[in-house]
Amino acid sequence: MIGTLAHEFWRRKSVQNLFLRALSFTFIVAGSIFIAIPVAWMISTSLKTLGETFLFPPRWIPHEIRWDNYPRALTFIDYGHYLNNTLIITISAMIGQILSASLVAFGFARLRAPGRDFLFVVLLATLMLPYHVTLVPTYLLFRALGWLNTYLPLIVPSWLGGGAFFIFLLRQFFATLPLELDDAARIDGASLFDIYWRIMLPLSKPALATVAIFSFFAHWNDFLGPLIYLSRERMYTLSLGLAFYVTTHGQVEWNLLMAATLVTLLPPLILFFTFQRAFVQGIALTGLKG
Amino acid sequence: MRVETRVQVKRSFLRLSLTQREAIAFYLFISPWLLGFLLFTLGPMIAAFLLSFTFYDVISPPRWVWFENYRIMFTTDPLFWQALKVTFIYVFGSVPLHLGAALFVALLMNQPLPGIYFFRTVYYLPSIIGGVPVALLWLWIYNPSFGIANWLLSLVGIKGPQWLFDEFWIIPALIIMGLWGIGGAMLVFLAALQGIPRHLYEAAQLDGAGVLAQFRHVTLPMLSPVIFFNLVMGIIHSFQVFTNVFIMTQGGPANASLVYVLHLYRNAFSYFKMGYAAALAWFLFLVILVITLLIIKSSPAWVYYEGMRGGRQT
Repeated sequence: MIGTLAHEFWRRKSVQNLFLRALSFTFIVAGSIFIAIPVAWMISTSLKTLGETFLFPPRWIPHEIRWDNYPRALTFIDYGHYLNNTLIITISAMIGQILSASLVAFGFARLRAPGRDFLFVVLLATLMLPYHVTLVPTYLLFRALGWLNTYLPLIVPSWLGGGAFFIFLLRQFFATLPLELDDAARIDGASLFDIYWRIMLPLSKPALATVAIFSFFAHWNDFLGPLIYLSRERMYTLSLGLAFYVTTHGQVEWNLLMAATLVTLLPPLILFFTFQRAFVQGIALTGLKG
Repeated sequence: MRVETRVQVKRSFLRLSLTQREAIAFYLFISPWLLGFLLFTLGPMIAAFLLSFTFYDVISPPRWVWFENYRIMFTTDPLFWQALKVTFIYVFGSVPLHLGAALFVALLMNQPLPGIYFFRTVYYLPSIIGGVPVALLWLWIYNPSFGIANWLLSLVGIKGPQWLFDEFWIIPALIIMGLWGIGGAMLVFLAALQGIPRHLYEAAQLDGAGVLAQFRHVTLPMLSPVIFFNLVMGIIHSFQVFTNVFIMTQGGPANASLVYVLHLYRNAFSYFKMGYAAALAWFLFLVILVITLLIIKSSPAWVYYEGMRGGRQT
């Protein structure tokens, strides 16, 4: 009797759905714990004394909370210089990428010319080109130009097209803007550059924000570029400085390193939370993930 | 009559010049990219190809040696085969797992559940912090004596391995840490899932399809273009794994994590064998190209494009 009742109950669609949702929710929470634990561990470590980092089993809430690890983290490596260098590279490259990618995207979205579609296919193909193929000759080129130990190799390519991904993203966005806008402007005597600069760019703020954030992340996190082109320690970026601290020091001060790493993560995190909506839309727009 | 012809001539001249002007404008607008493409993509690719037939140590001029670099690569450099093996294991271990996990989480998230936006953000966060910070964090997590990986295992009574110091566990360790970054692929899957029209599911339900049948016959075909795209990009991307290995293991222990690009990097920038490094680069490029082409060739069998149904409305 109870068996059949239970069976009847189970056969109702709503009950099955509820069960499935509860199960999904459990999985999602479990997964987010897997994601959160490393971050919690990083924060916990950053507030410990060095002695306490070497306890097993680890103590999650430090015995004494060392806030002063954070000011110390900014001095145990040359943090100020690294930060300054990283900002110079990231911001100059980002501006170049926004300007040149949007310029090129405007061409592909709005102008007709023989060879355009072919060039667009070439552009898309470079999205799939592994970076390492061009690594050695590009290095030799910058070396011949005398640009080693300058920031130019890390900035100049961003001003020349700024990467197929951003061009593609912006072209997709420009293509959604009505052509009547261009026609109206042209009747008013606007040049093509005016249309690009005064109409398309102001209307594309969400897409430009997406490009800006992706570009910021890419340069902020870049490792191989600085590794190859910068060998003078005072020119290191944060990524390079943190990495070399670990690979050259026998005894790593994990508490300070984790504090320094967390500080390094702050600018991208702040950017992400400020522009989260534009960002998620940008990903959906192109179906790419950067 | 004469006037008319003149107007026509003038008009067609004008029209021609307009198209021409537009074409010139187009090439002006895209000139930054065109220049960048020639200088930093096409030029270097050709240069790398030529360089791969030379010995070049940066100091003395390059010496043409025909296929010597390739001969060394296949016959006398044992680390080349090691690097190739390690990289293949990494790629074919991590890509299916990564995509599978991302798809699974996206399916779970594609339901009306409490706090879903919060969880979406949580899953995406590790993808933003990438690069060196992630490598440093996991280096500490995998610390065999004091890291939380082994602490978590000790909670369930398992004595954890030496992780990064263990020839067997090093690659699985790298693959597991890669799972931390599924957020990007998950978002792409989620966007695609939300683009599947409701009525397809309703029709399937009318035909008596259960949850699994709906997944098999509606969700998977509709998602296949995105799966295809993520698969291709994932493979290209993971063949080039470098930063994590460079920071966490330097290729050790006993070259068990000597990934291909690390081998390439060392030959180029530690031993200054530029010609050999270029040969390594071109070979990996061909490997990636062949695999990508195989996937593209196989795609008609399993990728379903809605736009190609032949115009019949359902």
